[in-house]
Amino acid sequence: MSLEHQEIQNLTSKIGRTPTHTEIQIVSAEWSEHCSYKSSKKHLKILPMDGPRVINEKGYDSGVLDVGDGYIITAHIESHNHPSAVEPYGGAATGVGGVIRDILSAGTRPIAILNGLRFGDIKKDANARWLFKNAVTGIADYGNCLGIPTIGGEVEFDSSYSKYALVDVAAIGFGKKENMINNHADIGDVVVLLGGHTGRDGIGGSQFASDSLESENRSAVQIPDPFIEKMIIEAVLEARNQGLIHAMKDLGGGGLSCAISETADALSVGIHVDVDMVHTRENLTHDEIMTSESQERMLIITDKSKLEKLETICSKFRITSSVIGHITKGDVIHITHGDMTCANLPASVVANAELLDRKSQKPQYLEKIQKNPKLNHITNHTETFFELLTAPNIASKAWVYRQYDHEVGIRTVIKPGMDASVLRLDNGKFLSIKIDGNPKHCYINPREGAIGCFEEACRNVACTGGTPIGMLDHMQFGSPKDPEIFWTFLESLKGISEYARYFKIPCVGGKVSLYNETPDGPIKPTPIIGVIGLSGKRPPTNTISSGDYIIIVGKTQEEMGGSEYMEYIHGVIGGICPAVNFAESKKNMAAVIEAVNYNVTSFAHDCSKGGIAVAISEMSISSGIGCDVIIDDIPKCDMTAENIIYSESHSRYILAVNPEKLNALQDILKRYNVTYGMIGRFTGDMIVFSKNKDTIIKTKLDVLKKAWEESLEEMIRNG
Amino acid sequence: MKVGVVVFPGSNCDRDMFHVLSDVFHFDASYLWHEKPLPADIDAIVLPGGFSYGDRLRAGVIAAHSPIINEIKKRAEKSTPILGVCNGFQILVEAGLLPGVLLKNNSMNFMCKWASIQVCNNETAFTNKLEINQNIPIPIANSEGRYYIDTPGLEDITKNNQIVFRYMDVNNGSASEIAGVCNKDGNIVGMMPHPERAAEAEINPTDSAPSSLIFESLLNTAGISK
Repeated sequence: MSLEHQEIQNLTSKIGRTPTHTEIQIVSAEWSEHCSYKSSKKHLKILPMDGPRVINEKGYDSGVLDVGDGYIITAHIESHNHPSAVEPYGGAATGVGGVIRDILSAGTRPIAILNGLRFGDIKKDANARWLFKNAVTGIADYGNCLGIPTIGGEVEFDSSYSKYALVDVAAIGFGKKENMINNHADIGDVVVLLGGHTGRDGIGGSQFASDSLESENRSAVQIPDPFIEKMIIEAVLEARNQGLIHAMKDLGGGGLSCAISETADALSVGIHVDVDMVHTRENLTHDEIMTSESQERMLIITDKSKLEKLETICSKFRITSSVIGHITKGDVIHITHGDMTCANLPASVVANAELLDRKSQKPQYLEKIQKNPKLNHITNHTETFFELLTAPNIASKAWVYRQYDHEVGIRTVIKPGMDASVLRLDNGKFLSIKIDGNPKHCYINPREGAIGCFEEACRNVACTGGTPIGMLDHMQFGSPKDPEIFWTFLESLKGISEYARYFKIPCVGGKVSLYNETPDGPIKPTPIIGVIGLSGKRPPTNTISSGDYIIIVGKTQEEMGGSEYMEYIHGVIGGICPAVNFAESKKNMAAVIEAVNYNVTSFAHDCSKGGIAVAISEMSISSGIGCDVIIDDIPKCDMTAENIIYSESHSRYILAVNPEKLNALQDILKRYNVTYGMIGRFTGDMIVFSKNKDTIIKTKLDVLKKAWEESLEEMIRNG
Repeated sequence: MKVGVVVFPGSNCDRDMFHVLSDVFHFDASYLWHEKPLPADIDAIVLPGGFSYGDRLRAGVIAAHSPIINEIKKRAEKSTPILGVCNGFQILVEAGLLPGVLLKNNSMNFMCKWASIQVCNNETAFTNKLEINQNIPIPIANSEGRYYIDTPGLEDITKNNQIVFRYMDVNNGSASEIAGVCNKDGNIVGMMPHPERAAEAEINPTDSAPSSLIFESLLNTAGISK
C-alpha cells in the first residue's frame, strides 16, 4: 500500500539522496493511482477537452463552462467506492463533501448534486441491502444539511458489485465569471488551513483506494461533518466576495501532501509548511498530519494584509483557521516540524508521478460470450412484463430520491424521477443534467457500451430540450495491472472519445477509479457519463391527455445483449450489445430537442432499460393514463414480440403528442428525416400491447403503478 | 414593509426566502444574522428552513437559544408577524413561541415530496387571504417533521383555533395531521412545508397561486394590497 521498489529508486535518483520517511509518505500519497492517474493519464489525452464554452483555469479541480451573460457553471465528478464498501454511511457522505469542495475551490456556489450508486443483488444479498440503505442515508444526511439539492442520479444492482459499492457523486456550481478564483500566489503570501481539525481518520485513504479491497481498513475512511462543510461554504464565498482569496485548494485524497504539492506545482512557487501550526483533533505525528484525509478542510493562499479580515470571517462562522506556512521562491515544498525539516522536495517531482505503460489485451471472456443464446420460451407475457417492471433496476427509485432534498435552492424546475433534471439559472437559461452508466452493456462490449451510456445521458438531456454542452466521465474498472481489464478501460475510453468528438461535446471533468475489485474478482467495466445541457426555454411539464398519440423515434433492433430482459428474466449474459449509429443519433436527438423546445410534444421520454415496454409504462404511470400499443407499427428488424418490446437499442425516444399538434411534430420529424412510427395512443386505465391483433400484455395501470412504486422499498424493508 | 430573514449558522433556505420576499412579492427584505441586534424598523420576521447548528441535539434547539431569539420574543408580544418555516418552525416551538414539538418522522427517513395541505385557520397574519379548506400544493422536506402535542394540548390548540394547516396526503405521524400552527393571537405561524418553494409558477409543477397567498396575506396584514 505504498511505493513500489522501482518508485523509491526513481524518487531517490530524482532528488539525489535517500528520501526521508515523511517524504516517502508524501510521495506515496501523491503517486498513488488515485491521485496521480499514473496508469491512465497517457490515454486520457484522447478526450476532447476544449470547446467554445470551456474556460481553462490553472489549479482547478472542476471544469468550467461559460453559460452566457457573464455567468459560468462548474462541474465535477468523483467516486468514493472503497470507503463506501467498508463504511457506507461515512464513505458516501464524505464522497459528497469532497466533490462539493472541488466546486467551491473555483469560487462558485454548489447548486446541485447527482449520484450514481451501484451495489450487489439486493434481492439475495443482505450485505448489498445494508450498503445500499446506508449509502443513501449518508448522502441524504450530508447533502440535505448543506442545503444543496440532490437532483438526480441512478441506482443499479448487479452481482459483479457483491461485497462492494460504487458511489459516484457529481456536483454543479454556479456563479459570475468575474467572481471566479484566479489562482495565483506571490512570494511571502501566507498559507492558511481552515475548517475541520486534522485527525487520525482517513490516513492513507488514497493508497487504500489504489489497491483492491481485501481487508476492511476502517481507519482509512473519513468521518463526515456536514455542518462544518456548510460553514466553510459560506465563509469561503464571503471571503471571495471581499477579494481575500489568491488561491484555493480543497483537501481531498492525499490530504495536505497533495494539496500543498499540487498547488505549488500549478502556481510554480515553493511552499513552506510547519506541521506544528496545523490545528489537530488529537496528538498526531508529522507524517500523520501530512497524509490524514480528515474532511471539511480548505487551503487558502492570501496576502498577509488580508489575513485579519479572513480570520474575522472564520470566527463569524466559527471555523478554525491556522496560518501553516508561506509561499517561497523556487519550486520546493519544505515541510518542517518546528525547526526540524521533515521533507524538502521539488513540487514538480511530487506532483508528477512517472506515468506507466500498461499492457492491454482483449479479454478471453469476450470470445466465450454467446452471440445468440437460447432463451426459455415465454408463455405468459403479462407475467414477465410485471416481473421486469418491478425488477430492482427498473422499479421506481422514489424511495431513494425522496430522502434527498431536491427542491432547496428553488432552482429545480424538472424534479428527479424521469429523464434529466433541470435547474433554472439566474440568466434565464435552463441547465439539464443526467448521469448514466450501463455495466451490463459494457461487460459485453466495453466500447459500444460506453458510447451507449454517453448517448443515453444525451437522450435524457434532449428530452428536456437541452443541447449538450459538456460532459463528465468517470471510468471505473478493476486492476490496471491485468491487461484484460486495462483493455476494457481503453476500449471504453476510445468509444467515449469518439462520440464526444463527433458531437463536439467537451469533457470538462472526470475521474479514473481503478482497483475496483474484491477477492471475488473485478467489477464489470463501469464508465459513468454525466451530460450537461443548456436550453434557453423552460422545458414543458410533461402532461399526457387521454387520446394523445404515441410516437417512437428511432429503429428497434435485435440488440438484446446486456438487456434487463435477458439478464434479469432469463439469467443469461450474452447476445449482441446495442450499438449507436452516430448519424442516427445526431438527427434523432436534434429532432427531439426541437420538438420539445417548440412545445409540440406533451411528454418526451428516453427509451432505455427494459425497452419500449418499460418506457411507455413509465409514461402511463407518471400521467395516470393507460396505453394501447400496436407493436406491428414499431420501426424494427424481423424480431419476436418480446425482443421488440424489451430490446435496448439506442437513439430511441417515446413521444406523446396531442392530436392537434401531430402535424407539427411530423413536420419536424420528417424535416430531420428520422425513422419513426405511430404506435398507439394513451388512453383508458389499462396497459395493453398487441401484435397482429392478438393481445400480448394486458394489465391494470393502477395495479402496475402500485407494484412499480413499492417494489424497491419492499425488497429492503426487512434488512 | 420591512421583512427580516433570520440567518443562523446552518440555515439554508435563507436565500430562497429572501428571493421570494424581495423579487417575487417586493417586500423590503434583509438578512438578520443571529448574533446581531434586531433593527427597530423591522415590521415582520421570517425564520427560514435549514439545519441550524447541523440539527445537533435536536432540530432547532440550539438556535432557540441564540441572542436574536430574546428580541424576537419581545417583538412577538408586540404583534409583529413572525413566520417559521421547517427549521424555523422547529426553532419557534423550541423557543416556546408556539405549542408542541417536532419529532423524527414515522418513516425514520428524510421526506422530500410535493404534498397537499388544507387551510384550517384563515385569520392569521399569513393566511388571511386564503379560504378555509383551501388546498395548497406545496413541498415538504424534513426528517423531524412529525408534530407532537399531548392530548390536553391538542384539545387546547383545537379549541383556540391554533391549527393553521393540515396534511391531506402525508403520513409522517403528525398529531391530527398538523402541518402548521399559530399562537393564540395569530401573529406567529409555524409550518413544516415550504411556501417559498411553491410560490413561483416556474418551479411549481401544479399551481403556485395558493402558496403565493401566504405571502400576499402578509402584504394584506401590512395594509398593502397586491
